[in-house]
Amino acid sequence: MLIPHPLLGPRDSQEFTYLGDARLIDRPDGLAEGALDLFHDYLYLRDNPAGLHQELWFHEQGDRSWLVVTRDTRTHEIVGAELASDVARARGRSK
Amino acid sequence: MRYSGFKVLKEALTGHKGWRPAWRDPEPKAHYDIVIVGGGGHGLATAYYLAKVFSQSSVAVIEKGWIGGGNVGRNTTIIRSNYLLDGNEPFYEFSMKLWEGLEQDFNFNAMVSQRGVLNLSHTDSQRDAFRRRGNAMRLNGVDAELLDTEGVRRIAPFLNFDSARFPIKGGLLQPRGGTVRHDAVAWGYARGADSRGVDIIQNCEVTGFRIENGQCRGVETTRGFIGAGKVGVAVAGSSGQVMAKAGLRLPIESHVLQAFVSEGLKPLLPGVITYGAGHFYVSQSDKGGLVFGGDIDGYNSYAQRGNLPVVEDVCEGGMSLMPMIGRARLLRMWGGIMDMSMDGSPIIDHTDIGGLYFNGGWCYGGFKATPASGWCFAHLLATDRPHDTATAYRFDRFRKGLMIDEKGVGAQPNLH
Repeated sequence: MLIPHPLLGPRDSQEFTYLGDARLIDRPDGLAEGALDLFHDYLYLRDNPAGLHQELWFHEQGDRSWLVVTRDTRTHEIVGAELASDVARARGRSK
Repeated sequence: MRYSGFKVLKEALTGHKGWRPAWRDPEPKAHYDIVIVGGGGHGLATAYYLAKVFSQSSVAVIEKGWIGGGNVGRNTTIIRSNYLLDGNEPFYEFSMKLWEGLEQDFNFNAMVSQRGVLNLSHTDSQRDAFRRRGNAMRLNGVDAELLDTEGVRRIAPFLNFDSARFPIKGGLLQPRGGTVRHDAVAWGYARGADSRGVDIIQNCEVTGFRIENGQCRGVETTRGFIGAGKVGVAVAGSSGQVMAKAGLRLPIESHVLQAFVSEGLKPLLPGVITYGAGHFYVSQSDKGGLVFGGDIDGYNSYAQRGNLPVVEDVCEGGMSLMPMIGRARLLRMWGGIMDMSMDGSPIIDHTDIGGLYFNGGWCYGGFKATPASGWCFAHLLATDRPHDTATAYRFDRFRKGLMIDEKGVGAQPNLH
């Protein structure tokens, strides 16, 4: 699989390590009401879709950036990749 | 129709005109006491033990494709019970005992072949870990032998013992481990269940669950609604997809695992051998092909095929462990979809929806568990209580911190 790195162009997926669903960016607030349930769901439960899946890949053998890659889990086709830091900021995270 | 040597002889002399289909092809009824979703090894075993052990007379198995067409026909056929943790080991040993009596039990030749499973160690610390695991196995009444280099050499003299990087220091052997003809397991259970009155309904996909006031009343299918007192889902690989139809999210990701078969060779390997320094394990089928595989590809997938980097990794492991494998030609390779759970262990439990039960999360170890999984799921469906060997396989173990994490890598499914 080739991952279209937004800064470096197409890179072999072998340069990356895989973490999982990009919803792991949305870490719950540990002081919120019902934080225990929120963290259980955040840490252990997954949508696991058959189809387009947004997921976190780490460019370990490259520029060490985290990417959010959109990939079809039925065909392995990669339709897009963006810097995870951009995604996180767009969702209101400070970094 | 019972199979026997006499029957084979009689048919041979009469032109093989007396063989009949091994199971019926019934129309679905409007209602069953228990409906099993998924006609794989685990679903069929569940139905078989429901009818045979728990005397349930109204049971149906609903299968999207055909019997034997899923993961039960795509695995590498290994059986073993060499686990460390208390939550796992009694369950897998229960399964091993059922394997040992299976063929007589369901009157079908499943070619259960206990030729031994050998895990190799390459460092002192790995040997210590094997000693610990072997002791844990023996505390649970399971056979385990710690071998030194010479002990391994006696079993498998062809291995690469003097590799500068990964010399073989010893191994942990489970002599009762081995292989089983996987298709025959599906067929044997299907035939056994069918002859006890279970309806096996193929080419019937579940499209939804009918849930009223928190109670599951049956399943919507491509062949109409089928009512059920209880519904048991055993669709590992597709668990996330099927349970999403009931509105549930699971502690499971679907991943692809690849497997390989070489051309047929003369008898070469004594049993199953696993490499302790790379992702590679190998056995030889009765037809002569070397059956081998390695690690999962490591990313979510429903594609039933993997990518070339893992092929290269597996073949490198093979060359490193037994260089002579380089002379064999690859005949086939394929991929299967695994339920990778958050701690690497399975789930056999009821859900929060009344009358809806779940069996899944088998990671890449579901085949060896088939008989015990079926028995324990049948026990849960029939009595509403977990079987003694499966009490740890609960949904709420993640919430309560009671994970069964053999590898100790945490909630990272692609590392289990």
